[in-house]
Amino acid sequence: MIDVRKLSKSFNGVTVLDSVSAHVGAREKIVVVGPSGSGKSTLLRCLNLLETPDGGEIYFEGELITARRYDVNMLRRRMGMVFQHFNLFPHLTVMGNITLAPRKLGLMDTAAAEKKAMELLDQVGLADKAQEYPNMLSGGQKQRIAIVRSLAMNPRVMLFDEPTSALDPEMVGEVLSVMKALAEQGMTMVIVTHEMGFAREVATRVLFMDEGRILEEAPPGAFFDSPENPRLRDFLSKVL
Amino acid sequence: MAFLVEGFRRSFIENDFYKIFIDGFVATLTIAMFAVVIGVAIGIVLAVVKVYSYRTGKLKIARFFVEMYVTVFRGTPVVVQLMILYYLVLVNIKSGLTVAVIGFGLNSGAYVAEIVRAGIMSIDKGQSEAGRSLGLTEIMTMRHVIMPQAIKNTLPALFNEFITLLKETSVAGYITVIDLTKAADLVRSRTMQPFFPLLSVALIYLILVVGLTALQGAMERKLQKSDRR
Repeated sequence: MIDVRKLSKSFNGVTVLDSVSAHVGAREKIVVVGPSGSGKSTLLRCLNLLETPDGGEIYFEGELITARRYDVNMLRRRMGMVFQHFNLFPHLTVMGNITLAPRKLGLMDTAAAEKKAMELLDQVGLADKAQEYPNMLSGGQKQRIAIVRSLAMNPRVMLFDEPTSALDPEMVGEVLSVMKALAEQGMTMVIVTHEMGFAREVATRVLFMDEGRILEEAPPGAFFDSPENPRLRDFLSKVL
Repeated sequence: MAFLVEGFRRSFIENDFYKIFIDGFVATLTIAMFAVVIGVAIGIVLAVVKVYSYRTGKLKIARFFVEMYVTVFRGTPVVVQLMILYYLVLVNIKSGLTVAVIGFGLNSGAYVAEIVRAGIMSIDKGQSEAGRSLGLTEIMTMRHVIMPQAIKNTLPALFNEFITLLKETSVAGYITVIDLTKAADLVRSRTMQPFFPLLSVALIYLILVVGLTALQGAMERKLQKSDRR
C-alpha cells in the first residue's frame, strides 16, 4: 500500500533520513520506535508530505506521490494523521472540528457529516461532548476527538505521531484502546510511539530507527524477545 | 449664563449651523467606516502574502511590493498622502470624500497588514499542519482555521487601529471635505465663538470612540466562548 524507496531528508545540513526504504502492506500495523532524533517522526511526516523529501520515492496505492506535480491535497484526504499535541481547532466545537474538512471539501453535506461524526464520537465514547470546545476537554479526550476528526475523512491509512506522548499517564490507556479498536477493524496504521506494550500487542511489524536509518525490522515477538542489532538491544534495555 | 445661551444659539441655531455639524458627522462616519472595510481587506491580503512568502520562499517579488507598500504608507504622514492622492494622483475624482475614503483605506491597510501578520504568526504551526493533513487546501486552511484565530487574537490591536483611524479622519478638511472637524472650524470662524463648536465636536469624537470600545468588548466576549474552561 505504501512503498518507501531510498528516502532521504536533511534539515540545515543535518541528515535526518538516510536512504530509508520500507513497505507498508494493506491492513498492516507498523510501529516505529527509536530514540529521539532518530528520524521516525520525519519519516512519518514524509508519508503525507508534511515534509518534502530531498531524495527517494514514495508510492501510495501505486501512485508516485513524490512526483513533482502530485496533488498532495487528494493524497491527504486518504491518509489521516494524528499529532502528538492533538492540534484540535480551538475556535470550533468538537462537532465543528470533525465536520470542517468533509463539509468544506464538499464530500458530505452538513447533515450527513454530523451524522457520521456522531457515529464516530459514539464509538470513542464522547458523543456527549459534541457541542463543547476543545479547551473544556482532557488530553485523552482531545486525542480521541483528533482521531475521530481524521476518521471522518474515511482515510485508507492512519498515521500516528507519538499520539500518547503529551498525555498524563492515566489518560494513555483510553487513547490506546481506541487505536486498538481501530486496528481490529482492519485499518492500515503507521504508528510512531514509545508504548512498547502497545507495539507488542497490536503491531504486525516493528521498525527500529536510529540516526536516520531503519536498523531492524521484525514481527513484535522476534523484535522484543530476540533483537539482533546491538543498538536495538541497548535501546530496549533502557525503555523496557 | 445669558452669555452661554447666546453662544449656543449663534453656534448651532442661527443660520441653521447645526446642519453643518450633521453633514460633518455623516462625512466623518462615512470616511471611517468605508476606510476600515478597505483597510481590513487590503491588510488581510497583504499579511497573507507576506506570511506565505516567508514560510514557503515563494512570491518573493510580491513580498517586496508588500514591504514597499507598508514602508511608504507608514513612513509618511496621512495628510500628505491624502493631498498627493487628491492633487496629483486621482485628479479626475472631484469628490474629496471619495478620495478620503480611498486614502484612509490605503493607509489603514498598511497598519492592518502588520497587525494581522503578527496575528497569523502567533498561531501554532500545528494548526495549519492539522488543517492541511485533513486535505484542506492552503487557502481553506487559512480561511477556516488560521484567520478566525488570528483575528480573535488581534482584536484589541485592530480596534486600536480603528480608533486611530476615526480620529485621523479629522485631517480630511485638507482635501476640501467638510468633516466633523472642518465643520467646527467653519462655524468657529463664522461666529468668532470657539467654545461650542470645538468642545461639542471633541465630545462627539469621544462618544464615537467609547462606542467603538463597547463594540470591541462585545465582540471579544462573543469570541471568548471557546476559551471557557
